[in-house]
Amino acid sequence: MNELAISAQGLTKQFKTRGGMVTAVENLSLRVTPGETYGLIGPDGAGKSTATRVILGLLTRTAGESSILGFDSMADSYEIRERVGYIAQQNVLPADLTVMENMRFFAGVQCVSAEAQKKRIPELLAFAGLSNFTNRLAGRLSGGMKKKLALACSLIHEPQVVMLDEPTLGVDPVSRREFWSLLGDLRAEKGLTIFVCTPYMDEAERCTQIGLLYGGKLIAAGTPTQIKGLLPGHLLEFTPAQFAAAQQRITGMEGVLELQTYGEKLHVFVDDVGARKAQIEMALAAEGIAHDDLREIEVRMEEAFISLVQQQTEKVGV
Amino acid sequence: MLRRIWAITQKEFIQLFRERATLILLLVAPLLQLALFASAIHTDVKHIPMVVADQSVNQASRAYLNAFVQSDYFDIVATVASQADLVTAIDNGQASLGILIPPDFAAQVKLGQAQVLMVVDGSDSYTTNSAYNTANAISQSYAVSLIHHSVTPLTMSVRILYNPDLNQLWFIVPGLLAALVQGLTLGLTALAVVREREVGTIEALLVTPIRPVELMLGKTIPNLVIAFANTTSILAVAVFLFGVPFQGNLLLFASLAIIFAFSGLGLGLVISVASQSQMQAQQLSGMFNFVGMFLAGFLFPAYALPPVLRAIGYIFPMTYFLPIVRGIFTKGVGITAIWGQVAAACGLLVVVLFAAARLFRASLD
Ligand SMILES: Nc1ncnc2c1ncn2[C@@H]1O[C@H](COP(=O)(O)OP(=O)(O)OP(=O)(O)O)[C@@H](O)[C@H]1O
Ligand SMILES: [Mg+2]
Repeated sequence: MNELAISAQGLTKQFKTRGGMVTAVENLSLRVTPGETYGLIGPDGAGKSTATRVILGLLTRTAGESSILGFDSMADSYEIRERVGYIAQQNVLPADLTVMENMRFFAGVQCVSAEAQKKRIPELLAFAGLSNFTNRLAGRLSGGMKKKLALACSLIHEPQVVMLDEPTLGVDPVSRREFWSLLGDLRAEKGLTIFVCTPYMDEAERCTQIGLLYGGKLIAAGTPTQIKGLLPGHLLEFTPAQFAAAQQRITGMEGVLELQTYGEKLHVFVDDVGARKAQIEMALAAEGIAHDDLREIEVRMEEAFISLVQQQTEKVGV
Repeated sequence: MLRRIWAITQKEFIQLFRERATLILLLVAPLLQLALFASAIHTDVKHIPMVVADQSVNQASRAYLNAFVQSDYFDIVATVASQADLVTAIDNGQASLGILIPPDFAAQVKLGQAQVLMVVDGSDSYTTNSAYNTANAISQSYAVSLIHHSVTPLTMSVRILYNPDLNQLWFIVPGLLAALVQGLTLGLTALAVVREREVGTIEALLVTPIRPVELMLGKTIPNLVIAFANTTSILAVAVFLFGVPFQGNLLLFASLAIIFAFSGLGLGLVISVASQSQMQAQQLSGMFNFVGMFLAGFLFPAYALPPVLRAIGYIFPMTYFLPIVRGIFTKGVGITAIWGQVAAACGLLVVVLFAAARLFRASLD
């Protein structure tokens, strides 16, 4: 089967608001092949949720095309819903139903047969680590357990694609890790296509393909390595004593491609580590700015993302 | 399709039973309302407080006043001197009716031209009407009794159908049943959808293959059971506790009551889907309930309403159900007498359910 799991071409969504039209997603094109874990990465308000909901057919699109498993988001939205699992960003399962009742309910509305339910529900509960909580009300679960229950519920009809909108929002780091290892298992065992929205860069690194969404537009796409490879040069990191002065001095120096702040640290992109490191150290010494060692570090998604966003805003500014 | 509706129905039932206190309230509240309303309705206004200014004080005036007291409709609470005192007594709320008998009462009676002055409290129209009519009738019959040898020129023979004693309770209770059921059905579903939207559970439902109509039906069915239980218990209280006779076919009544409850629940869903918040839905359902009482012909006959208001009345299930319930309950008629209303009620049910599903779809974007 050569079909794409998810595809979008020139997808645009505008909202009518009192202040006029708001473009939440603009000319978005993406292709997700089956079995991939696709991460739609972007800051708050980038349009991740809107894009997901339009692709799912929960919102009408303003322009463009989108489909899941070859089904058009608008025309075949019920076919899509029978084959796709979805966890909304503010996913709330009925709090006054128990874990088991929730599973049964979603199995029922997905028309999962009684025999299949008997087999699948215990499997999924075990998978999500909820086997001991079947009679607990969903409202009484911890944040991380709620997410796992949502995942289990969204898998009850054995979907081929799951779309998760910030599934680890408000969950502690340990639970986040657990959640992602569940996703990893799903991909490995079932070949599930996973589409995930997240603002967390460490989660982006776990995806096979990512798209960077900013201001409703896709500003970069590719594998995490490709995205990081988009950045020019090498990255130096250090902590200056006088932050503002150091920042000012280094900006615009020859061979300095880009400067990012990272807490009290400065991240300097340079074309050549050997030459520029000495240059910067000399310049700082001349200004009397104390600092710790300049060290080269590996570019992470976070730096790549900030750099790409900066480039984008500069482009818009011109 | 049936499977999905059944899944939603089950979920709603579970949630309903989980809130035991609310469930009990839902089942008991209408009965309390009925009991309260029905006992507040006076079958007749009796013992109306009356103040008397008898300026003649003789056999004739005493006989006349006696007729009032013996009728049981009036109690003489005070005797005063003048017309001004009568008015004062009514002002103070001491009495609802004042009667002034002039000094020459006996003489004038003999001449056949006696006049008495009746002062009536007009601030409470119900009592006023009752007091005025009764006092008038007593005076008339007293006057007639004075003419010994005359033959009454006309006697009217009246036969009042269905409710020969004009028992107010018999008239009001069937209508009250309709009003209560309309109110409670509106309330039952008014929050159904908007609550899920406010809490956020709606998103999880939306992404399942549930069709809007299925969601609406699944949300209605458990409430239909409650509404039906309510209707039954209201009926039982009306018949066994208040002694209002049920004349018609119970089975016919039950099936039509289901249609009625169903449309009320559907209207509640329309409110729920159209509302932005639970608060708004609550306000709206309260308003619909109130307006419905007036426009459906419960308090005033619908034919007395201006055309615009009558037209608005057609969106309320009670407009169709009121003639049905009065027809079956009080008159004991069969389907042939009310089929027009029944057809209209069915039509409204379909319209309301589809409107809810339609609005629901439109509200998502
Ligand atoms: N229903 C709506 N009406 C008007 N504007 C909307 C609506 N939904 C979203 N927007 C706007 O569209 C833009 C994108 O919102 P969206 O929720 O898709 O972003 P997001 O990337 O999911 O952000 P977050 O991480 O905060 O969830 C925002 O500017 C938001 O204000
Ligand atoms: Mg979002």
